[in-house]
Amino acid sequence: MTIRGKTAIVGIAEVDTFETRGRSPAGLAAAASKRALADAGLELSDVDGLFTTSSYYSMPTLTMSEYLGIKPRYTDSTALGGCSFIAHLGHAAAAIEAGLCDVALVCYGSTQRSDRGKLVSNAEWLAYEQPYGLLHPVGSFGLIANRHMAQFGTTSEQLAQVAVAAREWALLNPAAPYPKPLTVDDVLESTPIASPLHKLDCCLVTDGGAAAVLTSAARAQDLAKPPVYLLGTGEASNHRNVSQMPDLTATEATHSAERAMQMAGVTHADIDTAHVYDAFTISLLILLEDLGFCPKGEGGAFVADGNIAPGGSLALNTNGGGLSYTHPGMLGMFLITEAVRQLRGEAGVRQKPGAAVSLVHGMGLTLAAHATAVLGISP
Amino acid sequence: MTTPLPPKPTPRGEERVYFDAAAENRLTYQTCDTCGSTVFYLRDVCPHCGGESLRLRDSAGVGKVYSYTVQNRASHPYFADRTPMTLALVDLEEGFRLLADLTGADDVEVGMPVEVVFRELDEDVTLPHFRPRGREEEPK
Ligand SMILES: [Zn+2]
Repeated sequence: MTIRGKTAIVGIAEVDTFETRGRSPAGLAAAASKRALADAGLELSDVDGLFTTSSYYSMPTLTMSEYLGIKPRYTDSTALGGCSFIAHLGHAAAAIEAGLCDVALVCYGSTQRSDRGKLVSNAEWLAYEQPYGLLHPVGSFGLIANRHMAQFGTTSEQLAQVAVAAREWALLNPAAPYPKPLTVDDVLESTPIASPLHKLDCCLVTDGGAAAVLTSAARAQDLAKPPVYLLGTGEASNHRNVSQMPDLTATEATHSAERAMQMAGVTHADIDTAHVYDAFTISLLILLEDLGFCPKGEGGAFVADGNIAPGGSLALNTNGGGLSYTHPGMLGMFLITEAVRQLRGEAGVRQKPGAAVSLVHGMGLTLAAHATAVLGISP
Repeated sequence: MTTPLPPKPTPRGEERVYFDAAAENRLTYQTCDTCGSTVFYLRDVCPHCGGESLRLRDSAGVGKVYSYTVQNRASHPYFADRTPMTLALVDLEEGFRLLADLTGADDVEVGMPVEVVFRELDEDVTLPHFRPRGREEEPK
């Protein structure tokens, strides 16, 4: 038994992906949910499965049920950080296939940019890290980046190329906030935050809401947009705190991707576009290695050779990603929405012609949790 | 002007054993009686075999830098006038890894030999820190 091709994403939406005023995280998630349902040709009253997580609300499916006025018969608030929503796709598909719900709404909202400096994190106290002043998450990624450099000779210039490529893609996205090119020197001359990472090695801090609607492949035939089938999913995780990460340069993404691609029955050669969590230049570089787009340790050379920029060998993060488009605390939903646009042929000037299969990969916390999905236009 | 108070651990359970030992200038870890693994942080259950017989040990406090970062931005007001500050993951010779700050080194690099030094954060809490091995400077 498999969930391969049994369900499809039938609606997506994004709202206020840079800044908003006077809207709550729940409000952004709600607005995105309403529009994603409209995109599918469905109503709020059709939703009977609800999947969400949040750093604002401790019981986010209850918050969203109340806010939206819905009464789901299946809920899941699995919290894996930014990759949660990609994991939710698999959970939703399993629930639909098992008959536990028919129309699954996956949604997210955050006012991270508007809240800056005022937001008190609800994260638990980390007794072995916080007394030392480790700056979460960039300090952890500084540790990871210096280790990758020492182990493989990766350079700051190579990391900067990741941010430069993201900006080149963002320039093709009318919704991206900074419509001017970026150079390697711009990145290297930006404020140092946690060595070797500079300000422009880090993702944007934005607001944003996004949502996706899933239903069975059969029901998807009758809806407003062409179905985007869920062909494979995989998850893997192994730590919570960076000080417990067994190897700073190798992650469980290897396993989540293997599981998803095996379920989907695809190889790297089949992947037309990839949407990979880029909270930091180093996190993307390590994930490219672990997802098998280049050998371990060769991420630096791979990005420096222009493979991930427009026109390169891999159509990656075509909306500009977390580094240059949007990163409202958790990025996962926005990897999904862009993959769906590509597979529907709705990506405008950044469209990869004939895109039929996309890989979506998210991480949570400091490369701690991983979720991979393979999406395609044929079941 | 008041000096901001440091962020302070409020240890629970096994964390209390660790921080009480630190107050006596001991860096503690465990070994598993069942599978022999080294375990850190202190736990009730071995993450390697599930064994529940874990033996508390004192580390010699000697190790090498596994990785490090120099933070220019403070995570908390207490650290505002302490930046830039170096944080390191240190591989101790007994086979466990600890995050702490590293003082007295402008030339930090992966593999650098370091040793633990204890310093009272306040009357309740003592924290282990690291300095380059064989150097005498006290942490700031
Ligand atoms: Zn054991």
